[in-house]
Amino acid sequence: MRIHRSLIALTMLAAVACRREERRFRELPPSASAVNAVPVTDFQPGGTAIQESTWTKYDNNAYALSQGKKLFETMNCAGCHSHGGGGMGPALMDDQWIYGSDPAQIFKTIVEGRPNGMPAWKGKLGTSQVWQIVAYIRSMSGLGSRPAGSSRDDHMKVSPNLQMRKAEKPKNSFVPPGAVMP
Amino acid sequence: MSVTVLPVPEQDLPPAVDPEDHRRLWRTWEPYKGFYGWITSVNHKTVGKRYIATCLVWFLFGGLEAGVMRAQLARPESHLVGPDKYNQLFSMHGSTMMFLFAVPIMIAMGLYLVPLMVGARNIAYPRLNALGYWIFLFGGSMFYIAFLMNTGADAGWFAYVPLSGPEYSAGKRVDFWAQLITFTEIAALIAAVEIIGTVLKTRAPGMSLNRLPLFVWAQLVTAFMVIFAMPSVATGSLFLAMDRLVATHFYNPSNGGDALLWQHLFWFFGHPEVYIIFIPALGFVSQIVTTFSRRPIVGYPVMVLALITTGFIGFGLWVHHMFATTVPQMGAGFFTAASTFIAVPTGVQIFCWIATIWLGRPVWRTPLLFVGGFLAVFVIGGVTGVMLASVPFDLQAHDTYFVVAHLHYVLLGGGLFPLFGAFYYWFPKFSGRLMSERLGKWNFWLLFIGVNVTFFPMHQLGLDGMTRRVYTYLESSGWGALNLTASIGALIIVISMAVFVVNLWISWRHGPLAGANPWNADTLEWLTSSPPPPYNFADTPVVISRSGLWAYGDEVPVVTGLPTHIPFELVTTVMDAEPVLQHEHPGPTIAPFVMAVEVSLMLVAGVFTPWAYPIGFALLAIPWFMWAWPRSGTKEHAENVDAEYSLGAPA
Amino acid sequence: MILQEAATHSALNPIGPNAERVYRLYQFFLVTSIIVWIAVIVGLFWAAKRHRDPVEADTPDRESRAHRWIFGLTAVTVAVLAVSLVYDLALGHSLTRRDSNVMLSVRVIGHQWWWEVEYEDPIPQNRVHTANELHVPVGIPVALKLESQDVIHSFWAPSISGKKDLIPGHHNELYFRADTAGLYRVQCAEFCGLQHAKMAMYVTAEPKDKFAAWLAAQRQPAPVPVDTLANRGRLVFETANCSTCHTITGTTARGTVGPDLTHIATRTSLAAGTLSNTRGNLAGWIVDPQRIKPGVIMPSNGLEPADLQALLAYLGSLK
Repeated sequence: MRIHRSLIALTMLAAVACRREERRFRELPPSASAVNAVPVTDFQPGGTAIQESTWTKYDNNAYALSQGKKLFETMNCAGCHSHGGGGMGPALMDDQWIYGSDPAQIFKTIVEGRPNGMPAWKGKLGTSQVWQIVAYIRSMSGLGSRPAGSSRDDHMKVSPNLQMRKAEKPKNSFVPPGAVMP
Repeated sequence: MSVTVLPVPEQDLPPAVDPEDHRRLWRTWEPYKGFYGWITSVNHKTVGKRYIATCLVWFLFGGLEAGVMRAQLARPESHLVGPDKYNQLFSMHGSTMMFLFAVPIMIAMGLYLVPLMVGARNIAYPRLNALGYWIFLFGGSMFYIAFLMNTGADAGWFAYVPLSGPEYSAGKRVDFWAQLITFTEIAALIAAVEIIGTVLKTRAPGMSLNRLPLFVWAQLVTAFMVIFAMPSVATGSLFLAMDRLVATHFYNPSNGGDALLWQHLFWFFGHPEVYIIFIPALGFVSQIVTTFSRRPIVGYPVMVLALITTGFIGFGLWVHHMFATTVPQMGAGFFTAASTFIAVPTGVQIFCWIATIWLGRPVWRTPLLFVGGFLAVFVIGGVTGVMLASVPFDLQAHDTYFVVAHLHYVLLGGGLFPLFGAFYYWFPKFSGRLMSERLGKWNFWLLFIGVNVTFFPMHQLGLDGMTRRVYTYLESSGWGALNLTASIGALIIVISMAVFVVNLWISWRHGPLAGANPWNADTLEWLTSSPPPPYNFADTPVVISRSGLWAYGDEVPVVTGLPTHIPFELVTTVMDAEPVLQHEHPGPTIAPFVMAVEVSLMLVAGVFTPWAYPIGFALLAIPWFMWAWPRSGTKEHAENVDAEYSLGAPA
Repeated sequence: MILQEAATHSALNPIGPNAERVYRLYQFFLVTSIIVWIAVIVGLFWAAKRHRDPVEADTPDRESRAHRWIFGLTAVTVAVLAVSLVYDLALGHSLTRRDSNVMLSVRVIGHQWWWEVEYEDPIPQNRVHTANELHVPVGIPVALKLESQDVIHSFWAPSISGKKDLIPGHHNELYFRADTAGLYRVQCAEFCGLQHAKMAMYVTAEPKDKFAAWLAAQRQPAPVPVDTLANRGRLVFETANCSTCHTITGTTARGTVGPDLTHIATRTSLAAGTLSNTRGNLAGWIVDPQRIKPGVIMPSNGLEPADLQALLAYLGSLK
């Protein structure tokens, strides 16, 4: 019995490690069909369901996080959001989420853009790349597995160590008037 | 001064020991039985055998990884394994062979043999010895469990930053690698301290430093090299682990760190490490050549000086791994000179061995055959080593298959061949049985052919432009045929290893009984029965000449008067091995095992959170108190020797 | 999918003074090494030969003879090593010196897993940006300024010169000269991650005037497509995610993540020396790069067939 239990524990451990360490190279070609099903806030009917199977491939996956981080930098997200602290755009490492902290909501924010300056990345990035960025953005405020994140960049910048980050409790903050969808 | 003299043991007969003494000594030195006895043992032979067996298991794993890589590279554009798996395979192969096989097995042979060869009853600091083994076992196990969970090291055994740093190596793969370094460096430093303590303080009376067997000299030099080399990689891997876990900037060039710092720290250890593997192997060769040439080695003082010189110059070569990073001419010149002239001490030893064979009456049994193989293979690696010392040539050959060929010629020729010779030579001592000569010769010839077929074509491949650590190559490169040849050679090596395993298995159970001294060798380990009893020697022998057993006439002078009911050991002076103290040996205890478990848990947890260290160090108090708890029983430490017992004088 | 180009990539096939002189050094080493190895093996066999009475073998006289031999052979060893050391150092000294006639200086920047190339010029408009290929004039010394954007790479063109590392935070220089026109392969020699094996490029050594013409052509912005298909391809390039990462001068595509594609149709290879530059290979690469170089940052692109054809037509027109 004890052997059974320890076997189960070991298998679970292995599963966690395998998901964290998996390197998935070939993803679906980009298509934005998934995006339309994603509501922005809970006030809309239908809740925030996304295909769990899509997200779990990126959630807590170290490779996805590192690719997401690379994209965050090369796509110049830092130009507005800084390295999470915010600037022209809102901060990403705090607990304030204007358009929701759900992976699907963040995904939609990136793909469709938001009023007041957030550009739409539809057609500019592949679906898998957007999901990678989503995973990284969530990790910036401590959502998701810590061991999957990286401690620092090879750059001159100070952003929190993702392995030591305390998780923020996401709150849906007010939607700025200019950002209300027509 | 009373002199007790024992008759020289007849060949193939255990030394004459009073059965009553034997029983009492056994009880004194190995009091526990069963599982508890197994887990608490601090006997250097038990620990040494486990160490060797564990290393051989890792060797098997490392070999299998190499086999998969050769299968992948057998043809161009192969899809057997992808880049992700291949990177893990070669990183695991290199790390395993260096950190879990080559270095530890050389040291483990020393842990088993050195106390016997210097006539001691156990190793100095036996509990530390047990701790070292458990740490090594747990570290290697952690590394392979991680590999099975797809968390195998994938930045190479050298883990160059920034590739291995937090930005470019996602996940925990490199962290486990860095932690493996911590495990192995603890184990290696422990072993080095023990060997130094054993060699310098527990030699049999009369075994002055100039009578030390060459293998013991080699182990002593190696132990000092470990002590100077390991802190460098310990620092390096600590910095790396900190960069990756707590976001320090040691290797971050944009924040004042430097990517080359890692390379210096790593190679300041990494190059001496080659000699940490090679020098004990030189010791094997010297012992085997002496025994099978039936005469003392020619030029003993020169041999010793050569070992020490190699140990010193070995620290002056590391930059030749970094010539392509741009090294100033003047600086590179020094490293080129050191890398070139380190061939001299090795050359001198080769000349001495050949002279010994020439003057002696060589008997070509399997161990000596392996020494012959060592010369033929190693010299090829040696001359390519001199080539690589040259900056202009190195800039062409560096990081190509030429270097792969070179390093395998050096490490297999200079490490594996002597090691296998040593297995065949000392197996009777380990097990009490001789290994099969016929299978031994098969093993040798298959290995010899396999190594050359595998690695010789790689010289050509490297100069033809094939770089290292590539998971595949294009068909248009024209490297297919030579790669296929190399892969076939790898298959031959696998067969040769299978022959060795079969030989080991059969001989362990059915080999002919060896007796105390089957080879008529001269060193002290052959004085006691095979396998030796837990106390090694019923009576500590007195050494009267450099030729050890060969110098004794009909009688072996021994030390008498040491009590048999307490684990007493003689402590002798550093230079002349004059007895000064009798020292009560610590007995078996579970403390090292508990401590190793605790340290291992701390280090594994340390991959994920820095809190593992403060908590882990605090909890270390538990095994520490277990360890240091005062022993019950008689206390007769540090008595003046003269009053207690007497020495056998040379006849 | 197989690269067809027969490029020279062997240190044993030198075409420039650097590689040539190292090749000669190698030959010296090789001959010496063979002699040394044979001497050791002959010595071993000779020593092992049981040609004498074993009782007489071991006499003090013979032992002192052995000592003399050991001393003598050691002296010979030292002498041979000293000679090779002097040869080494002298050669190393002359090879690392910067040639004062350097006329052309090129920045090579390593990326995971491709090479960015910039021909320097005091006038900014005259700078040429390209990727994964290097053109050099025959017989003229060239200086490469080696930098890295991410991890350590190493530039190695075995037929031309020894290698030199590209290290983040360091600036290394490599001087060489190619004396024979031809196509020479460069391979990254320092392990740099998943696609280290497929990080290569080509050096084209060509006569001076041809080189000058090539450089002048490279300075031009991308040609404006003439036919409608290529025009549509340009639109696809600019609106699909290609332009996020790639630059084509003269268009709105200004991405800097991947190689500059302004004159991609003139290049020898695709995907950093992995595929020969054919239409089919390009299509395969665009649609599914992860099959050819797993781990590369370029994502798969599910373009409509018509868009893909247009894109291929456009890229094929970028001479």
